[in-house]
Amino acid sequence: MAVALAGLAGLFSLLSPASQAATTTAMSTEIEEGKQLFLVGCSSCHGVNADGVIREDGTVLGPSLIGVGAASVHFQVGTGRMPMARNNVQAPRKSIAYDEEQTLALAAYVASLAPGPAIPEPDQYDPAQGDIARGGVLYRTNCAQCHNTTGQGGALTLGKYAPKLTGVEPVHMYEAMVTGPQSMPVFVEPVMSSEDKRDIIAYLKNVESEANPGGLGVGRIGPVSEGLWVWVIGLGALIGAAAWLGARSS
Amino acid sequence: MSATTKFASKPVAALDQRLTIGKLAKDNLRKVFPDHWSFLLGEIALYSFIVLLLSGTFLTLFFKPSMVEVIYQGSYVPLRGVPMSEAYASTLDISFDVRGGLLMRQVHHWSALLFVASMTVHMFRVFFTGAFRRPREINWSIGGVLLLMGLAAGFTGYSLPDDLLSGTGLRIIEGIVLSIPVVGTYLSFLVFGGDYPGDDIISRLYIAHVLLVPGLILALVGAHLLILWYQKHTQWPGPGRTEKNVVGYPLFPVYTAKAGGFFFVVSGVTVLMSALIQINPVWFWGPYDPSQVTAGTQPDWYIGWLDGMLRVMPGWEWVIFGYTLSLNVMIPSLIMPGVLTVLLLAYPAIERFATGDDREHHLLDRPRNNPTRTGIGVMAIVFYGMLWLSGGNDFVATIFQIPVNYITQFMQIGLIVLPPLAFIITRRIAIGLQRRDLERVEHGRETGVIRMTTEGEFYEEHEPVSEYEAYALMSHPRPNMIEVEPAVDENGVKNPNHKKSKRQAALNRFYWNNTVQKPTAEEMHRELDHAAHETEEHLEHEILPGGGHNPPEATRH
Amino acid sequence: MTTHSSDLEPASQGGDPLPDPGLPPHRPRLSDTDAKSAKRAERQVAAMFGIAALASLGFVAAYLALPLIEGDLVRLQLSNLALGLTLGGALFLIGLGAIQWAKKLMPDVEMVQERHPFESSPEDQAGAIAAFQAGVEESGIGRRKLIRNSLIGGMALLPLPIVFILGDLGPLNPSPPRVRASTIWGPGVRVVNDVTFEPIRPEDLQVGQLVNAMPATYKDIPETEHVDALNARAFASVILVRMELDEFEVPQGREDWDVDGILCYSKICTHVGCPISLYEQQTHNMLCPCHQSTFALAESGKVVFGPAKRPLPQLALEVDAEGYLAAQGDFAEPVGPSYWERAKFENGERI
Repeated sequence: MAVALAGLAGLFSLLSPASQAATTTAMSTEIEEGKQLFLVGCSSCHGVNADGVIREDGTVLGPSLIGVGAASVHFQVGTGRMPMARNNVQAPRKSIAYDEEQTLALAAYVASLAPGPAIPEPDQYDPAQGDIARGGVLYRTNCAQCHNTTGQGGALTLGKYAPKLTGVEPVHMYEAMVTGPQSMPVFVEPVMSSEDKRDIIAYLKNVESEANPGGLGVGRIGPVSEGLWVWVIGLGALIGAAAWLGARSS
Repeated sequence: MSATTKFASKPVAALDQRLTIGKLAKDNLRKVFPDHWSFLLGEIALYSFIVLLLSGTFLTLFFKPSMVEVIYQGSYVPLRGVPMSEAYASTLDISFDVRGGLLMRQVHHWSALLFVASMTVHMFRVFFTGAFRRPREINWSIGGVLLLMGLAAGFTGYSLPDDLLSGTGLRIIEGIVLSIPVVGTYLSFLVFGGDYPGDDIISRLYIAHVLLVPGLILALVGAHLLILWYQKHTQWPGPGRTEKNVVGYPLFPVYTAKAGGFFFVVSGVTVLMSALIQINPVWFWGPYDPSQVTAGTQPDWYIGWLDGMLRVMPGWEWVIFGYTLSLNVMIPSLIMPGVLTVLLLAYPAIERFATGDDREHHLLDRPRNNPTRTGIGVMAIVFYGMLWLSGGNDFVATIFQIPVNYITQFMQIGLIVLPPLAFIITRRIAIGLQRRDLERVEHGRETGVIRMTTEGEFYEEHEPVSEYEAYALMSHPRPNMIEVEPAVDENGVKNPNHKKSKRQAALNRFYWNNTVQKPTAEEMHRELDHAAHETEEHLEHEILPGGGHNPPEATRH
Repeated sequence: MTTHSSDLEPASQGGDPLPDPGLPPHRPRLSDTDAKSAKRAERQVAAMFGIAALASLGFVAAYLALPLIEGDLVRLQLSNLALGLTLGGALFLIGLGAIQWAKKLMPDVEMVQERHPFESSPEDQAGAIAAFQAGVEESGIGRRKLIRNSLIGGMALLPLPIVFILGDLGPLNPSPPRVRASTIWGPGVRVVNDVTFEPIRPEDLQVGQLVNAMPATYKDIPETEHVDALNARAFASVILVRMELDEFEVPQGREDWDVDGILCYSKICTHVGCPISLYEQQTHNMLCPCHQSTFALAESGKVVFGPAKRPLPQLALEVDAEGYLAAQGDFAEPVGPSYWERAKFENGERI
């Protein structure tokens, strides 16, 4: 199957205009590589021209990628969300299918189709340069209602959810805010500036790495897990002690 | 002039001369208490309350119940420069700048959760064993009120730090107060000192939490214990135990050591939990801001059932002649809790009416011997548990990957269908267990030893249970079947009580429906004889392992 | 027939099936018969108490040796652990020791005590009645009806001062329903981004964007009126979303409420008041995390799921002279959770 697709890809590359094949700049090679990867791994849902596939009944199989920009691709592919295992209400984060070089190539290809958000510069998402406290205020105002104050995620309607933000690369956090994947809205300049986003990332990375001074974090989700543990461990231990107390000694 | 009674040491003698403690000691030091682990559940609640008082006092030495805005400049870096109330800032200071402060905050919160949990379990123990019957109806009511007070203490308490999570709960309270017809808006302004949130509510909750509610709890707990002391504790039925005695161990030294020791165990476990498991990390939630909210917003566990009811309620709100009636809020937060509280407090009277039993009961019921009551209890637990789950439906959704909308819809139907189903199933199970008890007494314990007779019949050897166990299984009271009073008396005069008596008899029949009646002495004698004859027959015809027979008069025991 | 007697015997129709064999014989424990076992138990108890004492000292050591360091959460975790394990351990072991002492070494022979009937004896009952009647007679309340009636009157009205003295718990003038009917939004008030308080141009917003916003008048509230600022956040908070023009319905009367597909809605849930803003970009639904009320922002904030009934109030937008987004006026209806008089107010005035 893979061989057949590869063969198909090869055929396409042979039949593409000669001028493209003749360009030798590194960027166009990257775009070309990206295009090949795209045709093999993405075109079945997103269309051979990346303009989307609509089923006969009018529902979308894969949306158009024209104008989504390199940032979208870097985010979706870099977190393993794409390629999607099967069509569903939500694309979950899963194992990453392409390495960084391939991801950048795919991103370059999609970016070449139409202008869109670019992959941010390291300074833009470097947590060390962000203001943690200010990031916390911005986060609680704009993000916590979906992602929870400590980034544990939360339920949305009909099976969708806002994912956990632990273990996410700062660059992907930035890109998610800019591109608004799936249910997530977009948070773009000038309303949410680059510095604002960096502050939020600084806050999130800080919270993630912070120790739990009170002991075991038990999920950091509050009363639900605390209530569970007080019954299981607290009452469990005490009823056990009561049973021991009341038992006849041998 | 002054008595030179050498009663004891001088201090003790001095007290005796002033307070007659000698008589008190004589009457009470050797008071007998029955022994069973399930009698200690109320103690967990009592000791948790003491831990709450002690840890709470520590916290009041540092906490500032004020909503004045400050800019935090304390030790916790991610909140530096953030504006917040003094209440929240002082909570952060207790957590990060006071040695043992975080520990005490956690001890206080864990024991609050434990307080309500243990009261709930204790209440169910009392319910399932029928310990609320005469003369203990008053203590049942006191206990019910204590449970509600526990909820009030908990809610006012966890709202004090003025963090984002508990503040959202306060907003919901405002919404609930607003839904009260006619006076709701005015009441809300009175409670909050004006428009929501104002800057009065934290200090008002504070005085409720440290004085009014604990004062009431203390008084009720005192009454609860005094009544228990005077009426003596109930006991499980069994050999040597009657309605007229108490069998157990003396207060001094055994229960002083056991119950006193249990206080240390309860407080010890609470402190150990606080050392090892983080609870209510308010620095993660952030200060309360009425325009912010977090995903996964839940109240503490014991309020979860109310939140669950709010979630599953359909949108029943109407405008009638220009006035808004919000039943979608009133039913789950005001009407249903009110109805359930009344049912809870009135249950002893309801059961008294259904059984016609107004006698004193000091021997407990085994739950299986009162299948309807047990069924009602399990039905209540299932109903409560489902509401509890509804309160965490967004977590259930993400953990089990079920769309949250389906969970809500399931609960809307399930809350009506599943509890009665649980009642029916539980009642049948209890009756089955009753049958098994009777079988055990009449035919003995199954030994698992299979023997064969000469006719080729296989039978399982049964060992008769000891007379102690048999008595324990058969000493429960007989169900009282109510007869309907005649419609007219012997002179043809209409009986005004007839209708009520008919209703009572119908309820009575439902109550004792299918419950296994224990046999009379004659019937038991017959059954035991029959069983003994059967055993003898089997022994006569038994084939021994070597191939031989038993001599006809052989006995094994 | 109901049984009313205080008879404590179980009702025995046809007699009880089995006689009471009395208390089972006492079985001695190992520590009762074996001196070595008893000694071992004693050592166990003493060890528990001893370790508890050491634990208390350990608490003091941990308290002194582990001062809290600003910004060091690991130190705090260690301090919490050390203080908690030592204190908790001390308490727990004392309890364990006491219970073990009672279980192993104190006599476990069951004792029997008699219960007493609760009802007072006939003599006591008669005495009580006599005492009460003597008191009533001597008070004269039965004979002196004027005293009785005026006493009732005096006491019955005493609750009134108690109720009324609480009257200033909250300002009731202007009336609460009227206060609720308006917010600090007004004609020409700009929509500003929360936290940064920067005004917003329509071209700043992309389709699919969500902005948590406040009225510009929020910044005008003086520092000294912190309460007013807090209350404003509780009612005037809004969200801005942008959709494609063909993605949302425009009902009659709201044709000019949006600006190029930019819609503004109240952020306060109409159920019990939680702030919402869980905006699903693709479905255009907004979900409240508290009780899962879901509002369709493409259909004028209509409720599509959950316990809320009323649609989310929409704020009419315009573009002001400098090109910034602004409100055309206050909300047309009271925002936030429902209340009794709510439907009687429109545009801040009683209808």
